[in-house]
Order: sequence, then structure tokens, then C-alpha cells
Amino acid sequence: MSHIPEDLFYTKDHEWIRIDGETATIGITDHAQEALGDITFVELPETDAEFGPGETFGVVESVKAASDIYMPVEGTVSEVNEALEDEPETLNSDPYGDGWLVKVRLDGEPDRKELLDAKAYGELCEKEG
Amino acid sequence: MPESGETLLETPFHEMHVAAGARMVPFAGWDMPVSYTGILEEHTLVRREAGVFDVSHMGEFLVSGPQAGEFLDYVLTNRVAGCPPGKAVYSPMCDERGGVVDDLIAYRRSNGDFLVVVNAANREKDFEWMSSRKGLFEVALTDESESWALLAVQGPKAKEFLAGLGFEEVEHLKRFRIAEVEWEGRTVLFSRTGYTGEDGFEIFVPTDLSRSFARSLGAGRDLPWIGLGARDSLRLEAGLPLYGHEMSGEISPIQAGFGWAVKTEKESFIGRDSLAMEKMTGPEKTVRFFVVQDKRIAREGMEIRIGDESVGTVLSGSKSPILGMPIGSALVDSAFSGDEAEVDSRGRRLPVLFRKPPLHVSA
Repeated sequence: MSHIPEDLFYTKDHEWIRIDGETATIGITDHAQEALGDITFVELPETDAEFGPGETFGVVESVKAASDIYMPVEGTVSEVNEALEDEPETLNSDPYGDGWLVKVRLDGEPDRKELLDAKAYGELCEKEG
Repeated sequence: MPESGETLLETPFHEMHVAAGARMVPFAGWDMPVSYTGILEEHTLVRREAGVFDVSHMGEFLVSGPQAGEFLDYVLTNRVAGCPPGKAVYSPMCDERGGVVDDLIAYRRSNGDFLVVVNAANREKDFEWMSSRKGLFEVALTDESESWALLAVQGPKAKEFLAGLGFEEVEHLKRFRIAEVEWEGRTVLFSRTGYTGEDGFEIFVPTDLSRSFARSLGAGRDLPWIGLGARDSLRLEAGLPLYGHEMSGEISPIQAGFGWAVKTEKESFIGRDSLAMEKMTGPEKTVRFFVVQDKRIAREGMEIRIGDESVGTVLSGSKSPILGMPIGSALVDSAFSGDEAEVDSRGRRLPVLFRKPPLHVSA
């Protein structure tokens, strides 16, 4: 079973989000990095780019496939993990820590209905097999 | 071949892969290991040391009888009839238009019979194709695939490793030769062939002996398992064709650069006239290999462009951990003879440099 930290929220597209007041940090889950295999490239947005929920904000590429990543909330990118440019494999080794993708300044309260807690995300992963 | 929703076939080593933590995926109707520790790491291991692949899903046909050689000369483009016992021949098998039905290796056993090894995805198709073309040849065709497990031990240290286990036959076995080795009272075939561009041996083991043989090899212990993901990146880096990509019903052996395996001097074989014509006029398109000067991988189906003009299409794409660059192959207009072009990757242009493989060896 993949690792699913209790203190995070998740999306059905296998992203995680940590909300600290007005800022959120977003990444992809252990399940996602496992499924993708060796990650070879991460395409991230510029700072100050704005996104709505469900919009593609980047791409994660592995040897086998390229996968779009979707913004789970409404907000503006405040910080981008530049280290991933030279070391995309960090997404494989530390998806919840050094593998964070972007930090976002939230625009209003996030729609909690679309976010899964650790237990619900675990069940989703079980179902997807 | 099972359709989606049906149970996948399993090789004799299936449990060992799962126990080793392999990531399993469906491939050609089989549940196969795509990677263990990671594609790039496994790829590097094979280039630097040695590893073992489970390729038991491939098909093995016994072609026997007084005209086995003549029959194979008729269905295959390469010359097989004069092949002496103990030798292996690589050949495409073509249709009347010169399109490829499959590419395979025919091994002549000590008793004169041929063991023909085909791609897993084409096993049923190939058997049907060959069976229906026996005509008046005195030949018998038997599908022995279920009787054989196949392990490929590949890498610069493969020979040393196998010799160290007591398989002295490997010391004197030349490339494209096979040795029939006795193991536990039964016959195991060692062939000095492979699909990685490294030295190595493909070992045919009777299915019922296969697990104990794998254990005695130290598979997964002293000799790491390598998955199908690395098998693909290795063969692509080495410039070897994968059926359905660099050779197919639409891409002839001439286009793929295997004109040497098409012996048009042979009196008659299926596809001879089309292929002889193509050899004479030169193919309109050519398979070429390239490195990408970007971090993004060029994917199958992407267009190769010079400015706004499309000069080709990507056939395969992966990454070379040896070069640290994405690599690929493409079907390119023969009229384009340059070495530099761009790949259109979802609107973004990636510069590519066409090079003669093997790509991991500097020019």
C-alpha cells in the first residue's frame, strides 16, 4: 500500500494539498509516483500564474508517459519548486517533502467537497487497484 | 490471447517477480514485470554489469521434417536452409507486399530441427501464418511455447557470471551460436544472442525445470531481475527494432535498415518481388535513431519537423540513463538526409540530433 500522510488532503487525480491559512502546498502522491515510474521531467508554471479548480497547471513526465497535473483550488502561484528542474527524480524519492510542486496563495475558501481526506483517498486507491 | 477482462497469462517466474516487488503490467495478454527498482537503474545495471530478464512469454515453434530449411527459406527473407546445426539466424517474415508479419530468430538444433522464436504479441498470428503456408513442403510445425521458459542473462559480466556457476559451455560459444547443455538430466539451450546491445545469453529451459534453474542462477539474488521497461530502453538505445514500431505491416525491413537480412538472391520467398523492387529504387522512408536535446521525451506519434514541414513521425521514445538524455526512433522521409530536426511535442519544439546507433557509444 502506498504511503498516505494523515495530515494532508487529496484529489481523485492523485495530488496532495496542505492548507496553511491562506497558502496551500501541492504535490503528487506516493501512489502517483509509483504508477508513473522513473520521473524524467516536470513542467511547472511561472509564479503569479492564476488557476481555477480542475485546471492543468503542469505536466509530470516519466519514461513511460506524460501526465497532466490539476490545480485542486482557486489561487495564484506564489512559489515553484525550481530544484525539480535538475532533479525530477525527487518526486519519486520524496513526493510529500522535497518533491512539492508549487505553493499557491488561495483565492477564497477552497471547495472542500472535492478534497478527500487520507482515509477516503486510501479507499480510492484500493478501488483503482 | 485473452481479451481485456479475462485473466492474464503468467510465466513460470510470476511469483518470483511479485515477491521481488515488481511493478506488474499486462503485456500481450501476459502479466509481466515492467520494473523492479526502476527502469533507469535496471538499464544501467545491464550496461555496466549483468541482469536477467524473464522473456518466457515469447513463442517457440518447432519446425521439423526433411524440408524444414526450405520451408523457412520460403516464409523468411533471410537465408536459413544452409544454416548448420548450432547456429542461429535472425530474419523478418514478410507478406506479399514486403510488410513485416514478425521478426524472429531461427535456431538450428543438433538434430537438424529448427527452433523458431517469435514475439509474444504475434505468437498466434505467426503460427497461423506459417501453418497456412506449408503447402507441399515436407515440414511439421509444432507450437512448443508452453514447454519452454526463457531467461535472458545480459551484460558485460554475463559470461563471467555464468561460467562461474559452472556453465563452461559459455566460454567458447560464439555470437549467434547455440549450445545444448545438460542440466539435471535434461537439455537446456544456451544461445549467445540478446536484445540489449550487450554481450549475453538467452537460456531456454524446460518449463517444469524453470524455477529450480532460476534459483540456481541466483535470479533476484546474485543476478538482479530486469523488467520490460528497461528491456525497451536498452534495445532502443542499441538501435534494435521492436515489432510494431521500427518494423511492422507498414514498415518493411528495407526501411528499417535490415536489407542485409533480405536475401533477394534467394529463388523465391514471400515478399521477394516487392522487396527486390524496394531495394532497387531505394525505400521512400527510413527508420532513424536520435537523441533529444531537451529533458522531455519524444513520444510515439509525434511529428518530426523542419520548420513547418513534417519529415517524419516518432516510432519509439524513452530515456537513456547512460547519456542522461531522451532517445528515440522515427520513420523519416529518405529525402531528408540531414542530422538536425525538431520534434513537435504538444506544440513545443524539441531539438533532435539523428545519430547512427548504438546511441550510448560516442561517435
